[in-house]
Formats: sequence, structure tokens, C-alpha cells
Amino acid sequence: MRTLPKIQEIARGVLAGDRRSIARAITTIENNSPKAQELITSIFPHTGNAHVIGLTGPPGSGKSTLINKIIREYRRKGKTVGVIAVDPTSPFTGGAFLGDRIRMQELSTDQGVFIRSMATRNYLGGIAKATKNAAKVLDAAGKDIVIVETVGAGQSEVEIIKVAQTIVVLFAPGLGDEIQAIKAGIMEIADIFVVNKADRTNADKAVMDIQAMLQLNNKEKMWKPPLLKTTALTGEGVSQLIEKIEEHRLFLEKEFERKRSREKAEAELVEAIKEKVASSIIEELKREGKLEEFLQKILEKKMDPASIAEKLLNKKFGKQI
Amino acid sequence: MQNQRKIRVLIAKPGLDSHDRGAKILARALRDAGMEVIYTGLKQTPEQIVETALQEDVDVIGLSILSGAHKTLFPMIMELLKQKGLTDVLVVAGGIIPEEDVPEMKKLGIKGIFGPGTRTDEIIQYIFENVPKRI
Amino acid sequence: MSDKEKIDEIAKQRERWEKTTLPKWIGQSPERKSEFRNHSGTLIKRVYTPEDIKDLGYTRDLGFPGEYPFTRGVHATMHRGRLWTMRQFSGYGTAEQTNQRFKYLLKEGETGLSIAFDYPSIRGYDSDHPFSKGEVGICGVTVSSLKDMEVLLNGIPLNKVTTSMTINGPAAMLLAMYMAVGDKQGVPREKLGGTTQNDVLKEFFAQKLIIFPPKPSIKLVTDIIEYCTKHVPRWNPISISGYHIREAGANAVQELAFTLYDGITYVESCLERGMKVDEFAPRLSFFFAAHNDLFEEIAKFRAARRIWAKTMKERFHAKNPRSMWMRMHVQTAGFTLTAQQPLNNITRVTIQALSAVLAGTQSLHTNSFDEALALPSEEAVRIALRTQQIIAHESGVANTIDPLAGSYYVENLTDEMEERTMEYFRKLDDMGGAIPAIEKGFFQKEIADSSYEYQKEVDEKRRILVGVNDYTTEEKQPIKVLRVDPKVEEEQVASLHKLKRERDNRKVNEMLEKLHYVAEKDENLMPTIIDTVKAYATIGEICDVLRKIYGEFKELIVI
Repeated sequence: MRTLPKIQEIARGVLAGDRRSIARAITTIENNSPKAQELITSIFPHTGNAHVIGLTGPPGSGKSTLINKIIREYRRKGKTVGVIAVDPTSPFTGGAFLGDRIRMQELSTDQGVFIRSMATRNYLGGIAKATKNAAKVLDAAGKDIVIVETVGAGQSEVEIIKVAQTIVVLFAPGLGDEIQAIKAGIMEIADIFVVNKADRTNADKAVMDIQAMLQLNNKEKMWKPPLLKTTALTGEGVSQLIEKIEEHRLFLEKEFERKRSREKAEAELVEAIKEKVASSIIEELKREGKLEEFLQKILEKKMDPASIAEKLLNKKFGKQI
Repeated sequence: MQNQRKIRVLIAKPGLDSHDRGAKILARALRDAGMEVIYTGLKQTPEQIVETALQEDVDVIGLSILSGAHKTLFPMIMELLKQKGLTDVLVVAGGIIPEEDVPEMKKLGIKGIFGPGTRTDEIIQYIFENVPKRI
Repeated sequence: MSDKEKIDEIAKQRERWEKTTLPKWIGQSPERKSEFRNHSGTLIKRVYTPEDIKDLGYTRDLGFPGEYPFTRGVHATMHRGRLWTMRQFSGYGTAEQTNQRFKYLLKEGETGLSIAFDYPSIRGYDSDHPFSKGEVGICGVTVSSLKDMEVLLNGIPLNKVTTSMTINGPAAMLLAMYMAVGDKQGVPREKLGGTTQNDVLKEFFAQKLIIFPPKPSIKLVTDIIEYCTKHVPRWNPISISGYHIREAGANAVQELAFTLYDGITYVESCLERGMKVDEFAPRLSFFFAAHNDLFEEIAKFRAARRIWAKTMKERFHAKNPRSMWMRMHVQTAGFTLTAQQPLNNITRVTIQALSAVLAGTQSLHTNSFDEALALPSEEAVRIALRTQQIIAHESGVANTIDPLAGSYYVENLTDEMEERTMEYFRKLDDMGGAIPAIEKGFFQKEIADSSYEYQKEVDEKRRILVGVNDYTTEEKQPIKVLRVDPKVEEEQVASLHKLKRERDNRKVNEMLEKLHYVAEKDENLMPTIIDTVKAYATIGEICDVLRKIYGEFKELIVI
């Protein structure tokens, strides 16, 4: 039997920076436990201090090695770091192999670093929310920097990485097709591009290829995403990367970015309302044994989902909808 | 929204032993059985293993060792787990652990010891049956 | 009747046999399986006929022993001229204890030494390093400095005995120590014979005893080859290994292909250094596993010789026939040893050893029956040695060369393994070579899939392991296993600290600084390492200097 402390105790532990509490808090969140909401409510006032960085890149780009060097650089500057490494859950077995921390392992015993591996667990929209909330936990626990790491393929990875304030997209020379494999969604939202393994002979070509791709993206942006070169193995270029991340953080604090944050907050609120309303109505339908009926109507094309939603909401809230 | 609980297992290679064929096969088998497997890679100190177990909030720790260094490393790991309050985690071990050492290892708190020739489904079954339930 | 007519006639007869005689037998009792495949995936036929070797040309594909393409053997007289070297991999506890084991084995008839180092030494840590706690001397002999090597080789004449050292990351240091002992014994460098494994590529995806990243690791390998080519001409500077690849879970074809491709990569590295192929190629040696499938293993070894000869001739334009020789050491497969009913392992080792002898190996190690449980006891290693001696002197198989040549089955299998290996070569070339393939996790995925498949076969009893998943017995056969005295670590650490107090530390620091300087300049490190080792600097101290410059590296995990 593993007896868990009360949620409030876990929340207190998180705010005190207790590592076991942090771990348990993240478990509560990723299990989508009914207590998760209470936990988030408790720690929410203490969030907003950490800088959340998203790092994504194809397999073979040297992501883990680069993160290792990034963490060391931040630690040298006296900052504390939390890492959330996200890996896909197998759609067939429901299990996952979480191997990202292998190249960060020497840092596990550094008390200023907290590394947690999370699997996507494949429930709709779940991982983005879980990652966001796990980042909040690390934030509330006092981490200066939170790094969210994922592989840059697949739509859910785009959603995951959006929880970050500064998004870094990584490439490596010679990966060719993989550059195409990175969803366009990520290219659009990236704040910093990095070509790793810059010591390779074909690195300059990779830099040119990516610069060409960036020219095509003519959107008017207040922040022009820079393209940096790193050699993660030796650490070359890492301090410049950190500087650029810091530059971006300062940029975010300025006026016009407050607008973006406002928009983000509104989107979060909408999401939260949608989820609560939907789950409460569906639960009610299940309890009344009426869910099957409506699902059949949709399958037989007798009613479309939007009309059903309107009908149900009118019933619940009266004719204001 | 259903509860999304998964069994989280840490597979660790303590010490300098570099034989990871079994550890990797087990990691894959556990993943295929629906568990989340955190693998530390080679050359882990007892401190790294216990810290990882703590941060990842695992339900099970699987120690794989073939070098004979278990006599020194396992007591260190079990002591650290106690210190960090992780005594409710299921600890199992595999690799080359001579029969005569098994009672001593069990006394330390390692519940299951799986020597050469163990079937992977045997280990999976054992974990399903012995993983501590969370309340 | 022409050859083609003979083959057609046989084909006709075979079809008749399949239609008339065979069905009667299958009708009465069906075959044990619906199809028979070996672990590499080859479909094994019921019977092989001349049809299966109809394209085989004796002179072109087999030749005579000692002549291109060397399929039948690298020497003209092979085991009739000289039996393979019986070289038992040994080492445990202190240098003193292992020295005793060496002397015992030499007395019992082994003809070459092979040193097994403990994990700290292999990984470049001294016995007093925090990582070494609990690991000193338990998997091999502990060697931290030249002093240990001197004790290890005490009383062993290096001008008469050849020694193989299984060492990779710190290979340069151990080789330097060996040479230093040779110098003290007054043996000229040109007379020193032996082998350093020194094969870092396979570490990245199989044995995993990695210290430095790929580029500097290969540089060190090439330094050793370059140095030995010039100064220690009887030394095999590298033993390009498939054993570990096989033990990690590869099948026989993967073992063959990946090993030989590693060899290709090393040749390229030496050529890039500016060496001429015929200068260094004659001393490249190989190391394979011998597994249970008798005929597949024989085919593998024969295919290896032919592929290497062709590769050296056609890909690298070697002119000296010696450059095309594949000289190999073989070890019976450790993975096949069972902890259950350990005496059965003697039978397994016999079959495995037989495959290596029938296929013409130059050197052989036979595992001891207790090695699934511990390092070999004296009795067990003696039996392992006797196994080789019985094969050599009582079975008659060593009295003729390549007896399986012409076998429809074995020749067909040899050809198929060669074809599949060439396919792998093409794939790896397309990927840009071994290093890109390692970075992409190619070898690792092949090995992971193969090992997982094997385990599934065993779990599901599609593959029988006698005593393990069938023919099991409840009663345990207790055997006395070797246990290394825990005091060994204490003694070794004390001895190391004594050395550090008594040596000329000023000289040591001077040499370590020189090493740092030379390593940064990208010169051949061997001469400096020899001097550093002679000043009694330790393996850990030397590796730490290189770690600072080259960095450390972690393997890519693919499950």
C-alpha cells in the first residue's frame, strides 16, 4: 500500500521545494486524478516566476546532449532548473519507454535540478494540459527555469511545446528528410532555431537550408527568430544560446507581449470552461442513460453534434444560449 | 475523465557492469505490457538511482547487475531508499546473483530476484501482482 | 553428360523423390516443425543437393588453403602445421592471483595468454576511485599501474609467450605497460607478440565500455595501429570483434556483417592517416563468437575469410596476400551458458569449439561450465582446456584442412551469408559509414530487435534451451563457484596508495602535462603514453587527462 499524503500537504511541500512532494504532485497531475484541480488551485498563486523553455527536435539532433549542456550553463549562473522530458506512449500497448534522462543522469543528484519523464498517454488534449500543469508545479517549487523537451513530430508535440514561453527548435546536419518531418506548426511558433553538431562538414549547408526556409515565412513578427549554431558535445555555442533565450524572455515582458499573454490566459480560461461544462453534461447523460441515444442520432445522421450541444445547453442553462 | 494511472518502473544498471541486453529486453517487454519504463542507462551510482526513483515517483525499481558487485551496491541502494522515505517502492533484481546471496538480498528488502533463464512474462506477472497499490 | 545436364537430372530425381518417396514418410509422421529456420532467418532445407551449389566455382570461390580467396584457410598447412592457440581468457582478484592462474594454465597446456581486466581498469578508473567501490578484481584482474602489470607477468617470458589483452578505451596504456615489462625483461620490441582488442566501434553499440566520444576514440585506435606497424611488428594492434556484438543479441549474419564493416572503417581511418594498406593490414586480426548452430557457425567463419579477402583486394587494392588474410580468435558463446544444470555447458562448449576448429580458427577460448554463475574455478577451466585438447588430439578433425568444403549445405549457407553481408555493406555505405549508422541507432536497433525476438522464442518455447525451458529438474546441482575475496579491494587500494607515495611524483606530473600538450596537438600519443606509464602514472590519471580534452560520452539507447 502506498499511502499518499493529503493534497494540501503535497501542495505545501511543493511550495517548500520538497522534491518528493514535487514528484507526487506531478504524478497526481499526470494521472488526471480528481485531486489534480485542487492541487493546481493551491499552487497557482505562486506560479509565474519561472521562464519556461520548450526544446524540440528530431531524433539524432543531439537534443539530450544539448539540454545537458544548457542545464550546466544555467547552474553555473546560479539558476535552478526543472526538466520535463516527454515521450510518446505506444498506441498499441499503452506503455512507454522514457529514455531521455539518460544523457542528463549525472545531473540527477544536483539538488538544484529536477528531471521528470512524462509519457503522452494518448488521451485527447491530456498531455498538453498535464505538461502545462507539471511546469506550474516546478515553477511554484521555485525553479528559475523549466525546460520542456519533446520530439518534434506529430500534432500533439506542437500542443505540448506551446506551453513554453520561449520555443527552441533544433536541427542537425545530414538529417535531410527529418527537417520536412517537423510539422509546419512548430516552424511557425519557434522563437529560436539551432543547428547542432555545427562542427560537421555539412553544417553550413544545413544553416543555409534553414535560412532559406525562414525567408519563405514572411509573417510580420516583432521578434525575428535567430538561427544559432551549437556543438553540444563540446558545449560550443551554448552560452550564446542561453543569452538569446534571456533576450527573448526580456522581450516577452514588454508591452506588446503582455497582449499575447492576455490572449493566452483567455484561451486557457475558455479551455477550462469547455472541459468542465462538457464533462459535467456528459456525466449527467451517462447517469440518465441518455448518452447512447444521442450518439446513435449522430451515427445515423439524424442530428449533427452542434445541434445536440445547443439542445443540451439550452436545457441546462435555459434559453440564454 | 478516467483516471490515467500507469505502473511506472525504473530499470537501473548500478556500478560499472556494461551488460545491458537483459535490461533492455525487459524494458521493452514492460512497455509492451503497458507500463511506463524509465531506463537510466549504464554506470549509475546508488545516489543517482535513488534520486531518479524519487523524481520519477516510480512504483517499481528493477536493478540489473551481472558483475558481482551487488554485494556492495545493493545494500547502499536499499539504505538510501530508506533514508529518502521510499520504502514503499517494490524493488526487484536480476542478472547474476548467486543462490547463496539471495537470502541476504531479500533481507535488505529486495522482494523478487530473477536469475538467468527467467521468462520475461514471469517478471511482468510478478510486478502486476506485487506492485504496491496507491491510495 | 555436362555439368548442367547432371544438375538437371538431379533436379528431376529430387522432384520425383519429393512426389513419391517423401509423402509416404510425412504421411506417417509429419516433420517436427512446419518450417525450420535458424536464428538468422535462413530457411533450412530438408536436404541439399548439387543444385544448391551449382554456381560454385572451386578455384574462384574456394581455392586452396593459403591462397586467395582464403575460404579454406589463411595458411597452407593450417592445423596440420600448427594447432590453433589454446588461449583461455583469465583474470580475477589481484595481479598476484592471476599470475598464479596464468602459470597453472600454461602448465596444463594452454599455448597463449589472454588477460581479463576488471571493470575499473577497463573503464579507466583506479581501484580507489568512487566508481570502483565493490568492483575491484571481481570480474577480472585489477591493474591500475605498471607495478600491477609487472606482478601480473612475473616469471612469464615475453619472448616465448604471446598475450592477448581485452582492453579498449585504455588500450594504449595497457599496451604501453606490456611493452615496458618487455623492455625490463630485455625482450626487443620486434620480438613482442600478442594482441590488444582496441576496437572502440563495437563499444558504441555492443559492449558499451565507452570512455571518449567516437572521433577521439578512433584516433587513439589508429595511433596504436600506426605505432605498432612501425615499432612492434609482431603485435596485432587490433582485434576487430564480433563476439560482443553477438552477445549483445545480434544473429550470425549481423555479427559477420557488422564486424567486417567495423574493419572496413578502421582500414579507412588508417588510410586517411596516410598509411599504406599493405603496411598495416597484415596485422589486423578478428574475434568472433562460436554459437550452438554448428553448421551456421562454420559457414560464418568461412564466409568471413572470403569476404575480407575480397574486400581488401577489391575495395582497398591490397597487393600483399597477407593483407587479405583474416586471422581470427574465437570464443565459445557466453550467452548460451545456463545456470541451470551447469554441467550441460561442457557439451555446449564442445559443439561450439568444434565449429571453430572445423572452420579453421587461429586461436580459441573455451568457456568453463560454471561461467553462468561466476568466474571459472580451477577445475572448470581445466575441463575447458581439456575440451580443446581432446578435439585436437583425439577427434581427428584437425588432421585435414576445411573438411566441410564441398558440403552442399555448408557451401550454400556460406554463399548466403556472404550475400546478406554484402547487402548490409551497401546499406551502411548509403548511410555514410559506421559512425553515422551508430548515431542513427542502426546497429542498436538491429541488435535490440534480434535479441527481443530470441527472448520471445525462448519464452514461448519455440526455441528450446535444455534445462531452462524444457528438460528441467527441480533438484539443484550445487557447484562450488569461485568467489573473489572482498579483501582484494582493500589490498589493492593500499598497494596503490603506497605506489603513489613512493614514486617520483614530480616526474609523473611532468609526464601528465606533456601528455596533455601532445594530445591537444593531435600527435600520435603512444610514445608519450609509454613514457608516462614508465613513470608509474596510473590508468586513472592518464585517462583523466584525456577525459578533460576529449570529453566523455554516453551510449545511445535503442530498445
